[in-house]
Amino acid sequence: MDQDEIRRRQRSRAVIMAVLLGLFVVLVYAITIAKMGLYSA
Amino acid sequence: MTTSANSIPVAVTADWQDFLALTKPRVMTLVVFTGLCGLLVAPVSLPPALAFTAILCIALGAGAAAALNMWYEADLDALMKRTASRPLPAGRMDRQTALHFGVGLSFFSVILMGIATNWFAAAILAVSILFYVMVYTIWLKRRTPQNIVIGGAAGAFPPLIGWAAATGDVATLPILLFALIFLWTPPHFWALSLFVRSDYAAAGVPMLPVVAGPRATRIQILLYTLPMGAAAIAPWPLGLAGAIYGLAASGLSLGFLVLALRVLANKATEPAGMKPEKQLFAFSIVYLFALFGALVVDHLL
Repeated sequence: MDQDEIRRRQRSRAVIMAVLLGLFVVLVYAITIAKMGLYSA
Repeated sequence: MTTSANSIPVAVTADWQDFLALTKPRVMTLVVFTGLCGLLVAPVSLPPALAFTAILCIALGAGAAAALNMWYEADLDALMKRTASRPLPAGRMDRQTALHFGVGLSFFSVILMGIATNWFAAAILAVSILFYVMVYTIWLKRRTPQNIVIGGAAGAFPPLIGWAAATGDVATLPILLFALIFLWTPPHFWALSLFVRSDYAAAGVPMLPVVAGPRATRIQILLYTLPMGAAAIAPWPLGLAGAIYGLAASGLSLGFLVLALRVLANKATEPAGMKPEKQLFAFSIVYLFALFGALVVDHLL
């Protein structure tokens, strides 16, 4: 496997990881808001 | 890990699609659907964000179990045509990466389930992952033709987890749904293993058609179809579901029984002559989707 292909795969994995981490932050925020709603109800 | 002249680790070859393939996304769809139905028919409704997280955790837990299954079975997968192109046997990923991915995803899914919903649902999720990996994959699969009979329990947990995520406990209906998938698994897998028997034989996996032959397998398919149908219809007379579900379950189970009888009547030993087995395998997937869909529709109307 050539260097360019390795770089391409590393880059695509890094982008996917960044997107997933961003979505995880949003999910934790949404869970927190929903839990606050449950406890205050 | 080896290093190239430019200090780029050359063992890092797996693409993100390989990680996705490691989670068996097609199998996951059925797991997610049955888990979602378990959650939707529960008497308590969760806020959308928590319901979404519960289903996400079920999906991630199933993906983690699949990754650990592929980590352990890389040698078997390499011997079977059906599985030889998976990331590990095809050499696109090293085993340690698959192990780390599977273990990490397991912990992540269980902890997130516990935090978002409740620790009872998280515990059932953990048990389902451990059951699939330890009991089915490591202990039973290579040792006994009863592998998928007992191991099938692992795939039966999702409706139980969905229900538990919403209510914090279990009841008769989710237990019946568990029983339904548990009893559905043997005829579903045995229909498949009849027409891919040579693959299992080549890999030395003691599936029932390999060990006992097609005739005994066809009888067993019919024998499991009867209690499966009973478990499918049971929620109706027990008052746990209405007529919409009851009629759908009766019709679908009758269709399953007819196909199982056609399988029993078939004498073919080569895959080319196994049209009834292929039809039963395809129908069995539709059967489970339609049953759970009918249950949700019945519950909502």
